[in-house]
Amino acid sequence: MKNRRDVLKSSAIVAGLLAGTGLFPQYAFAAYNKGAFEAKTVAEVLKALGAGAPTESKDVTIGGPDIAENGAVVPLTASTTIAGVKQVLILVEKNPAALVARYEVTDSVEANFATRSKMGQSSDVYAVAITGDGKAFFAKKEVKVTLGGCGG
Amino acid sequence: MADPMRIRAQAAGDKATVRVLMSHEMESGQRKDAAGNTVPAWFIQEVSATLNGKVVLTGEWGPAVSKNPFLQFTIKGAKAGDKVGVTWKDSKGDTRTDEATVS
Repeated sequence: MKNRRDVLKSSAIVAGLLAGTGLFPQYAFAAYNKGAFEAKTVAEVLKALGAGAPTESKDVTIGGPDIAENGAVVPLTASTTIAGVKQVLILVEKNPAALVARYEVTDSVEANFATRSKMGQSSDVYAVAITGDGKAFFAKKEVKVTLGGCGG
Repeated sequence: MADPMRIRAQAAGDKATVRVLMSHEMESGQRKDAAGNTVPAWFIQEVSATLNGKVVLTGEWGPAVSKNPFLQFTIKGAKAGDKVGVTWKDSKGDTRTDEATVS
């Protein structure tokens, strides 16, 4: 027979365990991943996010113009059909910081995102899909910029 | 306080395509003003979207996202009449939330 005090104690323990495993619903924003957004190269970004070396994959697609007239507004899309993808990244290789955007995929959204990006100069752009077990798959495409978007 | 976002959510089958246009300067921290001083970075760092109050998407942006950012994504299982909410938070700590109904 449990009295009230014991019940309270055990529920506190359960709550503690849940918090420890991160099972509590994460409603608030996660901490901003500063390291990843300051990384200069594609490899550094993936390292900062704890993902392995990326492999090129046909199941990831990057969309964008072949030639962008205005580097301040380059429409880029990233999508993947790989199952179990947790994160989708959009990167521009030759920008001062490579990572443009990072999206966390849940079961209720499709891994298909479109954003407009700034590009300082002509560069390869990457879409990277990271699965739950840290594997990274990428697709890349060259976008030529005739007018830079980063100052100048 | 920033201007409201424009959100359009359209249902097609069992999915809804959501297009969001936010109003934000998105200063990259690379640009210089007329006097040659660097304009400090000021950009949206975090975005999230909800469907009927449940978080379906979170994302982080760097300063390389364009001024007045555009975001498009697809929510599974959304139908006409559902509420889609979008929230952003910028590097100065400002936030804004707007809501739209799926049509």
